[in-house]
Amino acid sequence: MSLLEIRDVSVRFTPKKKPLVLALDDVSLTVPDNTFSVIVGPSGCGKSTLLRLVAGLQPATSGTMRLDGQPIEGPSAERGMVFQSYTLFPWLSVRENVMFGPSLKGMSKAEAGAIADELIEAVGLTTFAGSYPKELSGGMRQRVALARALANNPQILLMDEPFGALDSQTRQLMQELLLTIWQTHRKTVLFITHDIDEAIFLGDIVHVMTARPGRINKSLDVNIPRPRGIESLTSEPFMMLKRQVLSLMHEESVQASRLG
Amino acid sequence: MANRSIFAPKEDIPRGLYILLGLSSVAIIFGLWCVLTYGGLTPPDFLAPPHLVAEAAIKRIANGNLLDNTEASLTVILLGFLFASILSVPLGILMGSFKAVEAVIEPITGFMRYIPVSALIPLLILWIGIGVEQKVMVIFLGTFFQQLILISDVSARVSKDLIDCSYTLGANRRQVVTRVLLPACMPGVMDNLRVTMGWAWTYLVVAELVAANSGLGYMILNAMRGLFTDVILLGVFTIGILGLITDQIFKFLRRRLLPWSAEF
Repeated sequence: MSLLEIRDVSVRFTPKKKPLVLALDDVSLTVPDNTFSVIVGPSGCGKSTLLRLVAGLQPATSGTMRLDGQPIEGPSAERGMVFQSYTLFPWLSVRENVMFGPSLKGMSKAEAGAIADELIEAVGLTTFAGSYPKELSGGMRQRVALARALANNPQILLMDEPFGALDSQTRQLMQELLLTIWQTHRKTVLFITHDIDEAIFLGDIVHVMTARPGRINKSLDVNIPRPRGIESLTSEPFMMLKRQVLSLMHEESVQASRLG
Repeated sequence: MANRSIFAPKEDIPRGLYILLGLSSVAIIFGLWCVLTYGGLTPPDFLAPPHLVAEAAIKRIANGNLLDNTEASLTVILLGFLFASILSVPLGILMGSFKAVEAVIEPITGFMRYIPVSALIPLLILWIGIGVEQKVMVIFLGTFFQQLILISDVSARVSKDLIDCSYTLGANRRQVVTRVLLPACMPGVMDNLRVTMGWAWTYLVVAELVAANSGLGYMILNAMRGLFTDVILLGVFTIGILGLITDQIFKFLRRRLLPWSAEF
């Protein structure tokens, strides 16, 4: 069974005094239950737009999207999202940030606090539970953002290049942490990135997108055993996949730069 | 170590040196004042020497005159500023985040912000007379439209991702406004209230220009007629010191009420 179904979704818009832009062109995609799906593509290919559509933050020009059979009509706590930019509420402590979603649902302080404490421990920030976001590093902030999204126990977790602003060492640690948490919570994840290593390291399936108009070019299964660690990054299957994605992406980037 | 020089841009300097430099600039002005007056370069009815200002201060503190005038001015300023803030903060936040509100208010503020308050005083006298209401209204008009524009800017600059993120956490529109937009605006609101409080002080003399019988602005204008430069300076210093105090109060409140926000 597939949890998220995206069928023939297109997004068109007309910037002022410019020709019509086809940001997404007839994209179809299914995200099966409990899998880690990654969409990788060059910048400007519309992958973030696609994720915003699924989050319900932006309407599609045409096409249908369903989550668990229900059409997506707007944002919902069932589709939690982690953004690339730092989106913690600066006036709330780490713990209060994670409690934000559950308390909106009307959960008691004690219940919401218990959920928060557990997730804060899972992301290794128990000692920072009372700190304000301004006291945290970029990596820590994104860990809290992840815990906050998970606190709602969403049906699907949407991640829009969440580690894009981090340095490469922190990014690798964050990827490992994400996989550990994913292994225990077993969420359906749709993850967007332009980093091929990240895509293959994390994903069960990697969808490669084309540049404008954005389309899914190819979907590749990642048959690298879990749990994965840094040794996976240099394994034979990893390298083979990377070569494949790299050549697909390279064609795309060349085309994209020609289009300007 | 090249950047340990006080001439290196954006480098910290020792705290002691900072204070010393601050004191020396005050000392230079004071010294210049002494040279001009005691050196006989300027007559007392042009610029009163420090000891005459001090004497005027002692005399007017002793007979209660300075306190009475200060109280009158504070009442006008605080009332005008309070009314302006009560209206401008919610309206400005809405204006910056709701295009419909912006569309309604923008033409009015865009026009009003360029009108000097003093140009409206004749109308104000005609409409509401020459009582304390008129003076409060001058402060109100002087600060309200400026506050509105500054605060709407604060609200407009709240990150869209922060709002979007709240939606994906399950917030509805009302909750996004009350639980995210409002708190996100608070540091900017506090900073701009502090800045416009300073402007409110600058409108004080304008407010007390016409038909006033008390207040620091009145005291200054009245002293001008007799060339009592000592009293004029006393009024100016009092306004400066009160302005400095309100500024410190705002700084203190911001640190106390918004400990989570980055230092400014």
